[in-house]
Amino acid sequence: MPEVLVLVDHLDGVVRRSTLELLTIARRLGEPSAVYASPDPLPDETVRLLGEHGARAVYVVQDETVEQFSVAPLAEALEQLVRSTTPTVVLIGSTPEGKEVAARLAVRTDSGLLTDAVGVDVVDGAAVTTHSAFGGGYEVRARVTRGTPVITVKPNTVEPVAEPAHPEVRPVTTTFSDAARSARVVARQPRERSARPELTEASVVVSGGRGTGGDFAPVEALADALGAAVGASKAAVDSGWAPHSFQVGQTGKTVSPQLYVAAGISGAIQHRAGMQTSRAIVAVNRDPDAPIFELADLGVVGDLHTVLPAVTEEIRRRER
Amino acid sequence: MQVVACIKHVPDATADRRFTPERTVDRSVDGLLSELDEYAVEQALRLKDRAPAPDDVVVAVVSMGPARAVEAIRKALQMGADRGVHVIDDALAGSDALATSLVLAAAARWAAGGEVPDLVVCGMASTDAGMGVVPAMLAERLGLPQVTLASLVEVRDGEIRARRDGDHAREVIGATLPAVLSVTDQSGEARYPSFKAIVAAKKKPVDVVSLADLDVDATLVGAAASWSVVDDVAPRPPRSAGVVVRDVDGAGVDALVGFLTSNRFI
Ligand SMILES: Cc1cc2nc3c(=O)[nH]c(=O)nc-3n(C[C@H](O)[C@H](O)[C@H](O)COP(=O)(O)OP(=O)(O)OC[C@H]3O[C@@H](n4cnc5c(N)ncnc54)[C@H](O)[C@@H]3O)c2cc1C
Ligand SMILES: Nc1ncnc2c1ncn2[C@@H]1O[C@H](COP(=O)(O)O)[C@@H](O)[C@H]1O
Repeated sequence: MPEVLVLVDHLDGVVRRSTLELLTIARRLGEPSAVYASPDPLPDETVRLLGEHGARAVYVVQDETVEQFSVAPLAEALEQLVRSTTPTVVLIGSTPEGKEVAARLAVRTDSGLLTDAVGVDVVDGAAVTTHSAFGGGYEVRARVTRGTPVITVKPNTVEPVAEPAHPEVRPVTTTFSDAARSARVVARQPRERSARPELTEASVVVSGGRGTGGDFAPVEALADALGAAVGASKAAVDSGWAPHSFQVGQTGKTVSPQLYVAAGISGAIQHRAGMQTSRAIVAVNRDPDAPIFELADLGVVGDLHTVLPAVTEEIRRRER
Repeated sequence: MQVVACIKHVPDATADRRFTPERTVDRSVDGLLSELDEYAVEQALRLKDRAPAPDDVVVAVVSMGPARAVEAIRKALQMGADRGVHVIDDALAGSDALATSLVLAAAARWAAGGEVPDLVVCGMASTDAGMGVVPAMLAERLGLPQVTLASLVEVRDGEIRARRDGDHAREVIGATLPAVLSVTDQSGEARYPSFKAIVAAKKKPVDVVSLADLDVDATLVGAAASWSVVDDVAPRPPRSAGVVVRDVDGAGVDALVGFLTSNRFI
């Protein structure tokens, strides 16, 4: 069986759920091999987790270059693996950085690139991807016609399914070009870890918009009662009420949870682009004509400052 | 100093966007300079404004697209860019990101008189295709450092520094010019053209160039040569509106709690 390379997305060895989803998809296309790049050694725990999800091999690029320089080194490391392993497909998580790595890899290997897949099927042995276009208004199916397909896949595209394998750990040495060492990481401040679930991975997201008037407490309290991640509209982020990492939409994150609660958000096309594939949508808005109601399974016309706390209170009461 | 901003003319997101029967983005509808590329033009102009000798900084905007793409170029000239380069060629229809970056790399050089420009500035993503990959491809093709997804930019003494808010960390990226920069919508609001600037823009030059002018082999671009194909596009059935409840006497609260309960979220 041919290999499928999966780039592992991790923070200091802690593997993202999206990587496990990629391994699950990779098994449909061939034998998954994980590619782990880090200045630090590969933790045994990580090998175990990748193996549990079907990785037959883990290529380890242990090199400081991948952390000292932005984007390009990862693409060169992958390029060298593509040349030595001739995989059928390379799968990368659809994060901003993942897409840039994929972009450079595609140029370097003269291969087709498909980004932001929300579905990957196998037709005649080849990957056919589904994408959402124009803010979710259209569904597009595409395939690569040249080179080694490089595909970036959005989180929550599939449920990770375990299929234990015993991966062989294979250290690889990469030679980096001068160009790969030209954009230096001068300073690095790891993102603060939150006790709440990761926005793109959460099964419930509660978001607040301009309608919060700057008070996110009711949004956060409901999120915590539901074990949810907190999101925000661009208006709320631009006003400084929530960090940019909370932004949902075209220039923020795409989320696709089981439940999305939009509080004080009007539902502009750019916001919808980031949330309209959610399984269920609930909107709380004072304005009965807010466009968000067009896509909400349940719409509550009311003030979020009274509705959210009352719902939170009821959830907490039932827990007691 | 030569600064080239890559700008795209895109269908208006607030109007009807659709595909052609050839499954490419229909560009005959109302369009505009991609809002996200306004940020690129803005950063190029700020660089010029802040330079010790602003007249020595030439800001050229490059757009690849059909005839109407000149509207995007005009807008950028009104904002303050010095000149425009419009890459237009029938062979380009249906080009994917790999082909687009191939052409833009050549066009950026052309715009800077055949040399690699000191700075190529892009938006974070185009608002129609929205892949967010062309800047990285340009860096690869031009062999330049990639300083991308910047929310804060500083250029001084031939060095560029930018803040990049990544998924895992907030980073400061540094490089020596020439470089490729892409900026996010956090990088600073774009200016509105003044009436005077709108008038002045009418006299600014726009060069129209073909693939032959750029020395790009036409068989390498366009739908037929693309590295990927779209097999199918289908409008997604719109989500249907569900129940709407007015929160009178707590009715909205009851409905929401009921919804959460029946769907087993609580
Ligand atoms: C290129 C581009 C990219 C963009 N990217 C994004 C993006 O990634 N994400 C994003 O969100 N936006 C994005 N936008 C902006 C988008 O167009 C909207 O401006 C934004 O989503 C509006 O945010 P909002 O709904 O919070 O604010 P508003 O549109 O002002 O809506 C506020 C809502 O709150 C309601 N409200 C007020 N008070 C209360 C109350 N007490 N209780 C209940 N409801 C109340 C109001 O009725 C109103 O509907 C982008 C725009 C552009 C041009
Ligand atoms: N046809 C084009 N003409 C000029 N610039 C473009 C074009 N396509 C993409 N770009 C630039 O590349 C950036 C990213 O585009 P994309 O990878 O398509 O999301 C845009 O914000 C523009 O700066």
